[in-house]
Amino acid sequence: MVPLSWYLGLSALLFTIGAMGVFIKRNAITIFLCIELMLNAANLTLVSLSSFFGDVDGQLFVFIVMTVAAAEAAVGLAIIISIFRNRESLNVDEVDTLKL
Amino acid sequence: MEKVLFIVFAAIAVASALNILLQRNPLQGALSLIATLASLSAIYVTLHAQFLAAIQIVVYAGAIMVLFVFVIMLLNVPKDQPQIEKQKWLRYLAIPFAGLLMAEMFYVIRSVKPITLPAMPADGAGDAVGTVSSIGKALFTDYLLPFEVTSVLILMAVVGAMVLARREGD
Repeated sequence: MVPLSWYLGLSALLFTIGAMGVFIKRNAITIFLCIELMLNAANLTLVSLSSFFGDVDGQLFVFIVMTVAAAEAAVGLAIIISIFRNRESLNVDEVDTLKL
Repeated sequence: MEKVLFIVFAAIAVASALNILLQRNPLQGALSLIATLASLSAIYVTLHAQFLAAIQIVVYAGAIMVLFVFVIMLLNVPKDQPQIEKQKWLRYLAIPFAGLLMAEMFYVIRSVKPITLPAMPADGAGDAVGTVSSIGKALFTDYLLPFEVTSVLILMAVVGAMVLARREGD
């Protein structure tokens, strides 16, 4: 049997890769992909703990997280489309109007 | 047997996740993320979470990632620009930061107690955690309100996306 710590370790690794992508990438869509990766790493933690403890609540939470991720993807991609329409670029360094 | 499957799919998931960071073209990054999501779905099966494994493929790889690929192709996104000079130090900060984050998480995981995965019942159906029937029962009894609120959230997201992506002056 696969021990619980392996699942949690894989989840930690995927989350870290996603966090690193948010820091080193400049393309808005790639940053968005890395956010999806971090959401999935958190989902893996919830599913593995739910299965190992025999409690269905964690899997329901993952279900809700997936629907929220779908809503977030729809709104986020709409924002990206309107940024691209205004600036012809997706480089996040150029979108700094709100920066102090 | 299960350990071999876990290692194979975990290796695919980590390799394709790293590929997102290595690719400059966002379309190839999106395709790599689909590979990660598919192998995570296989890992959900080893956890006896069949319903979520199916949902992962249908909703994530099927709907969300298709939306991403559609937008990438619609916008004809230029390849990732080379770094801007004033931000260069941030790039070198990322790797120690990521190492610290990972060390922190593994430090916590080290203290996990060795518990075993409960076995599936022999007939396969019934009240086992992760089957469609157990999730459906919980979703439509104890969690009915969150379920309904989620549908309102989806509706708001659809309206919001249409408003945001609309052309000015239509």
